[in-house]
Amino acid sequence: MNAVRAVLLRDLRLAWRSPLASLTVLAFFAMAAILFPFAVGPEPQLLARIAAGVVWTMALLASLLSFERLFQLDHEDGSVDLLLLSPASLEAIVLAKCLAHWLTTGLPLVLAAPLAATILNLPPEALPTLLLALALGTPSLSLVGAIGAALVLGARRGGVLLPLLVMPLYVPVLVFGVAAVEADLAGLDPRAHLLLLGAFLSGAVPVAAIGAAAALRQSGE
Amino acid sequence: MATRDIAPRAAGPCVPRRGFPDSGRAGNSRDGGPALAWAGPPLLRLARMSPSTDRLSAASLACARGGRLVFRGLGFELGAGEALALRGPNGSGKSSLLRLLAGLLPPAEGAVRWNGEDVAGAREAHRARIGWLGMQDALKPALALAENLRFAASLRGAGPDAARRGLEAMGLGALADVPARRLSQGQRRRAAIARVIAQDARLWLLDEPTLALDDEATGRLGEALAAHLARGGLAVVATHVDLPVRLAGAIDFAAAP
Repeated sequence: MNAVRAVLLRDLRLAWRSPLASLTVLAFFAMAAILFPFAVGPEPQLLARIAAGVVWTMALLASLLSFERLFQLDHEDGSVDLLLLSPASLEAIVLAKCLAHWLTTGLPLVLAAPLAATILNLPPEALPTLLLALALGTPSLSLVGAIGAALVLGARRGGVLLPLLVMPLYVPVLVFGVAAVEADLAGLDPRAHLLLLGAFLSGAVPVAAIGAAAALRQSGE
Repeated sequence: MATRDIAPRAAGPCVPRRGFPDSGRAGNSRDGGPALAWAGPPLLRLARMSPSTDRLSAASLACARGGRLVFRGLGFELGAGEALALRGPNGSGKSSLLRLLAGLLPPAEGAVRWNGEDVAGAREAHRARIGWLGMQDALKPALALAENLRFAASLRGAGPDAARRGLEAMGLGALADVPARRLSQGQRRRAAIARVIAQDARLWLLDEPTLALDDEATGRLGEALAAHLARGGLAVVATHVDLPVRLAGAIDFAAAP
């Protein structure tokens, strides 16, 4: 447990000392939200109609920017060997890294979402549902991305491969995340969609822990 | 060139002996795999100060990486308080053997044993006894040396005192709060060695520890290594520099094909 906490704290500290990676993700998200009204025109009805989908898609693409660093830096400087040789469970260490990743990229996206939603003219009454859906969905993005990031370690041009590997797996999160907001806007109960997001998340935790840990071990060979 | 088993524990004037039945066969293999020859200094047993009876042994190890056979038919036996040197040209398999001994890489053939027990069957226990120094320093540039070492120590359940002790042993006490990116390559190497010292491991696996080290630091490394061996620890060191410790044996890797 000590080791797991140490990994979490170290990654948070590293993100705090060199915040460029987190800020890039956040800036991409904000810029994309600002660009959209320019692209499709400033009609409030049209924007309100697509706001949820745009916020989700942009959050998804923005998070893709950050995965290459999740294990790549540790791989390049040899720190992965220290993690692999820790007596603590590698699966738990992977989850600690995912949690740190979410806290430094996913959570800022959730916090920036109200701004993006306002720019895109999302009806304010749907905002709580959007935030709840993002809070449940973005951890899944971190977990699924971790599997991809661990798999492409050591591969040349892994950064190019990663989005292709991970994006198909993002589809369920995107579908239910947007559907929750749409249901809310249509006056229906969004709970079913949120529960499905939660189910996906609870499934992603063990799958990512085992999958990414196995891929990491493979990269150490 | 014949493949032999290193037997540092043999008494008297040591002659390479065939400790394992298939070592001769492996040496005569014609499959193009590089052969290994014993060419170490006279085998010396270090004075033991602890009653530790730990023993690391390997029998008819083969290593394949990326479908290419790096070596085969390698065997040795190392007792408590003994160090083994790995020598040979680049790419001959020294680092691969260290990864194999650490359990980071599964052997293509044969087994690594700790006190007679295959380490593949007790991975967590094996990881806990390893002090690892890879080719890279594994330091985070943004973190202070002390932070880097404390992190590595807590990965292994050790306290912050160990990190301080390691830094002092390598003469880095005054630089503890300096971020690793501000340090020279030699200082970073020292810090990586300090991390091994701080880990209090039974088995040190060091890959070119003297890389970028000056004479003083090499001396400190020698002292730390000698102290480790005196406590009954074991060490396997890939190096092309003579370390100021007495070695129990050496494995010479022939050139890679």
